[in-house]
Amino acid sequence: MGATVLIAYVASILWTVRISLSNSKMLPRADWAGMTQYVNLFSSDRWTTAMINTSLFGLFFIVGALVLGFLLAVFIDQKVRLEGVFRTVFLYSFSISFVACGVIWQWMFNPALGIQRSLRNWGWESARFDWIATQDMAIYCIVICVLWHSSGLVMAILLAGLRGIDEELWKAARIEGIPRWRYYLSIVLPQLGPAFGTATVLLAVSVVKLYDAVVAMTNGGPGDATDVPTKFIMDNLFERQNIGLASAASATMLVTVVIIVAPLLYARSRAKAAAGRP
Amino acid sequence: MKRLIVSLLATLVAGLALTSPVLAQKAEVIHWWTSGGESAAVKQLADAYNKAGGQWVDNAIAGGDNARAAALNRIAGGNPPVASQFNTSKQYHELIDNDLLASVDDVASKEGWDQWMPLPIKNVIKVKGHYYAVPVNIHSGAWFWYSKAVLAKAGVTEPKTEAEFWNALDKIKASGQIGFAQSGTLTYERATFTAVLLHMGGRDLYNKFYGDKDVNAVKSPAFRTVLEKYKRLKNYTDPGVAGRSWNDTTALLVTDRAGFQTVGDWAKGEFLAAGKTAGKEFGCFAGWGPTAPYMISGDVFVLPKTSNKEAMAAQQLMAKVITSPATQVAFNMKKGSIPIRPDVDASGMDICAQAGVVALKDAARQTPDPSMLMAPDMYGKVADVITKFWNTDMKPEEAQNQLVAVLSAK
Repeated sequence: MGATVLIAYVASILWTVRISLSNSKMLPRADWAGMTQYVNLFSSDRWTTAMINTSLFGLFFIVGALVLGFLLAVFIDQKVRLEGVFRTVFLYSFSISFVACGVIWQWMFNPALGIQRSLRNWGWESARFDWIATQDMAIYCIVICVLWHSSGLVMAILLAGLRGIDEELWKAARIEGIPRWRYYLSIVLPQLGPAFGTATVLLAVSVVKLYDAVVAMTNGGPGDATDVPTKFIMDNLFERQNIGLASAASATMLVTVVIIVAPLLYARSRAKAAAGRP
Repeated sequence: MKRLIVSLLATLVAGLALTSPVLAQKAEVIHWWTSGGESAAVKQLADAYNKAGGQWVDNAIAGGDNARAAALNRIAGGNPPVASQFNTSKQYHELIDNDLLASVDDVASKEGWDQWMPLPIKNVIKVKGHYYAVPVNIHSGAWFWYSKAVLAKAGVTEPKTEAEFWNALDKIKASGQIGFAQSGTLTYERATFTAVLLHMGGRDLYNKFYGDKDVNAVKSPAFRTVLEKYKRLKNYTDPGVAGRSWNDTTALLVTDRAGFQTVGDWAKGEFLAAGKTAGKEFGCFAGWGPTAPYMISGDVFVLPKTSNKEAMAAQQLMAKVITSPATQVAFNMKKGSIPIRPDVDASGMDICAQAGVVALKDAARQTPDPSMLMAPDMYGKVADVITKFWNTDMKPEEAQNQLVAVLSAK
């Protein structure tokens, strides 16, 4: 286990950092280029756009998935009939690959094929829904697609958390005449901290590795409206034959991820410690 | 347990040793010919190779980038395929510089490539006096295609000049049809720009931009006009463009929903696969007039260096089979491209291919594809600017500035 981690991860990371300091184009080279690749990277418009896009995507996606997932979990927790069916339905989209998910939503969003056309065929002639072809809105199409994909997972995690909460609390709250929404907001939500932490980390990981859905849905377009760092890296790694720049971008991404995820993990382990669990 | 594993391994090794002589000339080939027309074409290569005593092992990977990435990984990882497809371009030049490709000088000298290979192609497959790639076909990335039904409905005929072309677009739009079918991918947004630059800006401007990387050419008013004309095409496109692939875009013409598309002659395979005939349901022209420049590109197979004798034999056999006249005709008729050899019988080919053969015979019309002139990195950055210009309300002046920056970056 230790050896695997050392060779597969640490060594690969070091190798990537090394390449990012060279002039490598198509194949790795052993020369030294100093920080040239990083200078090129940060002066590249496309990289800046990609970073902004990921931040926007991450914000809307994580918040959206947590809210949606929580609402779904609460809904199922109401002892609805056919709970198993709903649970499966909500979780089902998670079993689809991002590529399939991207293609489905591309068709739905495509003004000439999907929702807009259906609305027009139903008689709403002026219906307009062309987000995917619009510079400012295309990134939200990606958000919706991935939300649809991952909300079910958040639901499953939060539902497990909900089931761990003592039923007596609800009975006590009912005797006090506390409304249901207040009970969930003030009593249940705070107890779901660890479950939310787990969900957030999982969602954050899918923000970082967001690639296949973008490629399947928009291929980074229109223009660079849905460009993401992973796509920038892959393009430079292969099609543009610029391994040096791609490695610099990967290293930068790793640092960014560590900066963002480390506090989350730290907070979670502290919460665990505070709860008296190992 | 350990003993079991060892004996299992031993059996495996023995098994391999026994079977490998039987698999002589077995050749794994990586390529990206996956669309309907393309796979029909690649089958011709496989059949010819199998008939010549080899065994073609097909490894089709959708998307040129993906296929090339897979090939590069395999080559860099020391487990190369016997042959791998690249575009006739600078894509594989670093492999040559690092001595990773086998030369095909034997086949080349036997077949006399030096005498008849078109210059733009020879320039990118012959490096430091040696041939390192086997050309399969000649494509041209800057053709115009049109649906005869759409043009007829709009009351226009094939445009013979640029002015007639714009007029036709206006008429088609007025008739409520899609004038210009555009793919929503970066590569094909750049391809349309390249076609506009070549056919409307002229060969000189084209060569100065892609060939000489001349920043003064980019700053010129003529170049701005090209950018404006390129952007003008957007008025004739449909809203379904987002993310659409080139073949889905060609389908608009095949099904008579759009008038024109500028795309390479690989689009013809899509028409043929749908049972259409050139000159009957669809038409084509590679620019206007008998001296219009003809942009040459195409596909090659590179043969990665190996120490395996059988693989080396398979490579030489493949180079010979692929460039033989019979295979050339069979493959290119399906693929929509033109044979690399001038000595094949073109009479069986359709009118578009014949027009291409005529254009190709005139050395003055031969123009290299941008990918033969520009390294992939810079060529990609050009695409970044072009796609932004096409998709946003960027001013032509700003696009000029950004292109100057791309060309002057080291």
